[in-house]
Amino acid sequence: MSEERHNKALEFHSELDPLYSPPKTRFGFLAATNHSVIGIRFMATAIGFFLIGGILAMLIRAQLAGPNTQFLDPGQYSQVFTMHGTVMMFLFAIPLIEGFALYMLPKLLGARDLAFPRLSAFGYWCYLSGGLILLAALLFGVAPDSGWFMYTPLSSKPYSPGINADVWLLGVTVVEVSAACAAIEFMATVLKVRTGGMALSKMPILAWYLWATSAMMLVGFPPLILGSIMLEVERAFGLPFFDPDKGGDPLLWQHLFWLFGHPEVYIIFLPGAGIVSTILPVFARRPLVGYNWIVAALIAQAFISFGLWVHHMFTTGIPDLSLAFFSAASLLVVVPTAIQIFSWLTTLLKGRPDLSLPMLWIYGFFFIFVTGGLTGVMVAIVPFDWQVHDTHFVVAHLHYVLVGGFVFPVLAGIYHWMPLFTGRRSDKGLGVLAFWLVFIGFNLTFFIMHLTGLLGMPRRVYTYAEGLGWELPNLVSSIGGFMSAVGFGLVLIDVLVQWRFAPFVHRNPWKAGTLEWGMATPIPSYNFASLAHVESRDPLHDDPDLPACLAAGEGYLAGHRGDYRDTLGVDGVTGEPEQIILLPPPSYLPLLTALPLVGVALCFLFSFYVGSVILAVVVLFMALRWLWETGLREDPAPIEAGFGRTLLPHPAVEQAPGWWGMIFTLVFDATFFASLLFGYIFLWTIAPNWPPPRFLEPAPILALLTLASLGLGGFAASRAVAANRQERESSRSSWLLLAAASGVAATFGLLAVPIWLAPPPTEHAYSAAVLMLSAYGAFHTGLSTVGSLFVLARCRRGFVSPLRSLDVRNASLFWSYSAVSGAIIVAVIHLMPLVGAA
Amino acid sequence: MNGMARQRDAGADTDIPGFVEFCHDLPTHRGRMSCPAKSFAGAIAATLLLGACSGELSTLDPAGPAASRIATLWWVMLGGAFVILLGVMGTAIYALRSAAKERNFSTRKVLIGWGLAFPIATLLALMAVSFLPGELLPRSPEENAIRAQAHQWFWTFDYPGGERTIDVLHVPAGEEFAIAITSEDVIHSFWIPRLGGKIDAVPGKVNHIRLKADRPGRYLATCAEYCGIGHAHMRFEALAHRPEDYAAALTAATDRAAARAPVLEQRDAPAALVIEEWGDYLLDWLGIT
Ligand code: HEM
Ligand SMILES: [Cu+2]
Ligand SMILES: [Cu+2]
Repeated sequence: MSEERHNKALEFHSELDPLYSPPKTRFGFLAATNHSVIGIRFMATAIGFFLIGGILAMLIRAQLAGPNTQFLDPGQYSQVFTMHGTVMMFLFAIPLIEGFALYMLPKLLGARDLAFPRLSAFGYWCYLSGGLILLAALLFGVAPDSGWFMYTPLSSKPYSPGINADVWLLGVTVVEVSAACAAIEFMATVLKVRTGGMALSKMPILAWYLWATSAMMLVGFPPLILGSIMLEVERAFGLPFFDPDKGGDPLLWQHLFWLFGHPEVYIIFLPGAGIVSTILPVFARRPLVGYNWIVAALIAQAFISFGLWVHHMFTTGIPDLSLAFFSAASLLVVVPTAIQIFSWLTTLLKGRPDLSLPMLWIYGFFFIFVTGGLTGVMVAIVPFDWQVHDTHFVVAHLHYVLVGGFVFPVLAGIYHWMPLFTGRRSDKGLGVLAFWLVFIGFNLTFFIMHLTGLLGMPRRVYTYAEGLGWELPNLVSSIGGFMSAVGFGLVLIDVLVQWRFAPFVHRNPWKAGTLEWGMATPIPSYNFASLAHVESRDPLHDDPDLPACLAAGEGYLAGHRGDYRDTLGVDGVTGEPEQIILLPPPSYLPLLTALPLVGVALCFLFSFYVGSVILAVVVLFMALRWLWETGLREDPAPIEAGFGRTLLPHPAVEQAPGWWGMIFTLVFDATFFASLLFGYIFLWTIAPNWPPPRFLEPAPILALLTLASLGLGGFAASRAVAANRQERESSRSSWLLLAAASGVAATFGLLAVPIWLAPPPTEHAYSAAVLMLSAYGAFHTGLSTVGSLFVLARCRRGFVSPLRSLDVRNASLFWSYSAVSGAIIVAVIHLMPLVGAA
Repeated sequence: MNGMARQRDAGADTDIPGFVEFCHDLPTHRGRMSCPAKSFAGAIAATLLLGACSGELSTLDPAGPAASRIATLWWVMLGGAFVILLGVMGTAIYALRSAAKERNFSTRKVLIGWGLAFPIATLLALMAVSFLPGELLPRSPEENAIRAQAHQWFWTFDYPGGERTIDVLHVPAGEEFAIAITSEDVIHSFWIPRLGGKIDAVPGKVNHIRLKADRPGRYLATCAEYCGIGHAHMRFEALAHRPEDYAAALTAATDRAAARAPVLEQRDAPAALVIEEWGDYLLDWLGIT
């Protein structure tokens, strides 16, 4: 690096670093929003939970090591296996992925932060508190104990009267809020927040994987959140959604759970596969073969994975036709996986692979994941599944897939990216020993467990008697389990040792080509002093000098333009620079919004419902306070962005990230709504004890009035957008007021049904579902009302102009959604009784 | 009494008719497994000598047509899986061993051939094998089915003739029998591994299954769906009688069942004892007591 560049780089660093770091005050760390900081917090917390989940696994293996062991009693064992599964899935795997994506995405995409940095901070606080709730329950001995998929009626009030199940439902839901936030965040980020020139086809393959993952999270989590809410209100208020005596159906829970649960498995696997697709070519010293094939396979896999959920229910007695359909779909999903595996093998064959430590983990991944995939094919075959379902065969299968498909790639990733964090590298000795311990220990534990299952050992049994041939395989599994635990411990030690003591290496020791290796080490808080213009997928291979150029400010948006953080926003497809995204400063708002939200859950947990309601209002208030801080109060002028371009800041741009944020939020919301409708129709058509004793009183006038106010509200909100465009400020205000008034009327119309017209919701699943649907509709019209008034206030304060129209456009979009979903609800509620009575 | 305590009270039993009991007083199905294998060495020897596949709950030791078809399917799939795993790992390791070689085969062809055609062909074949003749058990409702009802944590069986047994299912050997399964409380699972696959007992729903035992004998069954703290002990036995003995056996059994109700007993929480013991030990060691 020339002297001059070097000095420039230092200058940029000293200016940018304080701007992008959390405030240096005593509690400043609570205000951090920087994606690297939040990402590391997520990952560190997740690894903490992995250790806890691991300890629980060791308790399980200690208990099962021999027959008739008296180490744990059945009650304790049920808490231990339930918490092991819950911690591993919800508090380790998913958050680790979120943390990894939070941390890596901007770096891979050559940006300075994510689209909504405060949202990720908010997500972290939710995750941490939800996790702590579950952990506290474990310490107090009231942890969930009906298995990680919480089947009703075992998890319903009569059979689980304690708070154990409520802890699961509320704790996991709070954690899922963070997953929802992360999904919206990543969708918008990959679409908009990339560096200049990075067209979709030039994105690093890992960004594609993470994008597909977040799309699946966006539509995968709503059914689980819905199911949890339904089960929680059944437990708290007796709304009988899952009670067969009153028209509920325990199988509805299974459908909702696995509608989430199967995609969940792919949500966990895809990032692992993404890491493999990123690292493997680096160590094969050859670009990844079949990039387009892999992208196509990913998209196919994301879609197909939503059509498989029933394969978890092959033994529940569903019709043969659905058995055949879901069996075929489960086999179909093998094809995209096969494409990826053969791309990797071809890359290896055509390259010059070398077995350094990260690659060793990838080879381990190959063996374990392929084995898990093959047993997966077996359990997709219905008759075979009838035998091994709910036995230790399935426990073996799921660990092969989860540990092989996720934990191994993650460890490969840790060893691969560690030189980037630490500037040091060592792949000898301890690391290799740790790999072999984990690899052999894992296979010892779980390979023989297939046999244990075939010998008839059901899962979730706290002990077993002698004489069934289960003693030896279980002992072997336990020995293997402790061996892999020692291995994982060594990995941890190895990582810490390398971090402090390994020899220093040059930047980019593996000669990788993606942008994250273009950063300085240790990684600066702002990632890049200026943003690259990229022409290919491996910009560092095109121009090995790129890191120095970027550090010296020779790219887009060099340094800073004022007292604020910013990054580039691009056209989603072509990667043409389009806008300058102004990033928010550090803020306590994420924490202050998360705390009352957690309070809502905690009050509910202890049946203090008034407290929940009050705190929910506080959450709403904090959210509005938060939104108030966005945007600009004057029309901005175009800003110099480098390479001779001038760009507008995002509040003045049509396709601002916030617009996409709203769209993705509505996708999430619509999936939730679709699951709710699915539940209603499922109960109506399949559940026992239908029809209900009585239906809703017919109320055609109310229905029509509600429809009219919904339509008027949606219309008025869209007129407000038009008025804003035409600079007619007073008519904009009137339309917004009208929208708010219609919102009040629609809310009233929707709530009138459960309050005055429907039978009491505890009477039958029918009336419970009517209440649920009405509440959903009223929640949205209520929010639309608040939103309209909020935007009106924003208009008064000068946040809105023809150029800065995001507020009104978002309000109008949300109103349209409320109107359409509300109309569907009105139709369903008022028309279906006529069908039922006929 | 709150429910948790109620569950605890009903917890780990020693009196539910479990296999330990009948291992003692009844010969096992073919007398090969010496039960209970008293010492661990004995267990190893037994496992190694008698083959790892036998066992009273082993799916690989089938005693009926459904279970045998599935066992065969398993061996076939195991063979196929082994070959594929070997192929993938072999290729990966070969790539490593011959890293210096230049290779110019067509990526497209590999992906079309191995990524698309190969899995599709294999899986279609597998689908065909698994769904063709008789693999899907006829699970339609049946006139004279035995009605099985699951409870936490025992089974009642009601026969077409009005007989009732608890935790013992009497069936004729050599003929198909039909069972209609449901549950009174939570979800359980009806599973006699040596005869065939399982099906869940779901409250509010009746599921049907048809099974057949080739020979008279005793076939152990275990609940497979987690159903609370008694799950590990929720077992029953299916006794297959010669058709000519069936009616008599059923009558005799019904009389016995009337006298016998399942008794669930409280057992100490062992971990609490362990912790207490360690606590005492620690205090002793510190010299506090
Ligand atoms: C290498 C360390 C691990 C060991 C030794 C281990 C062991 C076990 C065992 C023995 C069971 C069965 C418990 C039973 O049915 O009674 C189990 C269940 C489970 N494990 Fe693991 N496990 C490990 C790591 C993981 C990881 C990394 C994940 C996920 C990412 C995971 C997810 C699960 C899940 C979801 C269940 C099902 C829990 C339930 O039945 O409710 N495990 N584990
Ligand atoms: Cu059971
Ligand atoms: Cu059970």
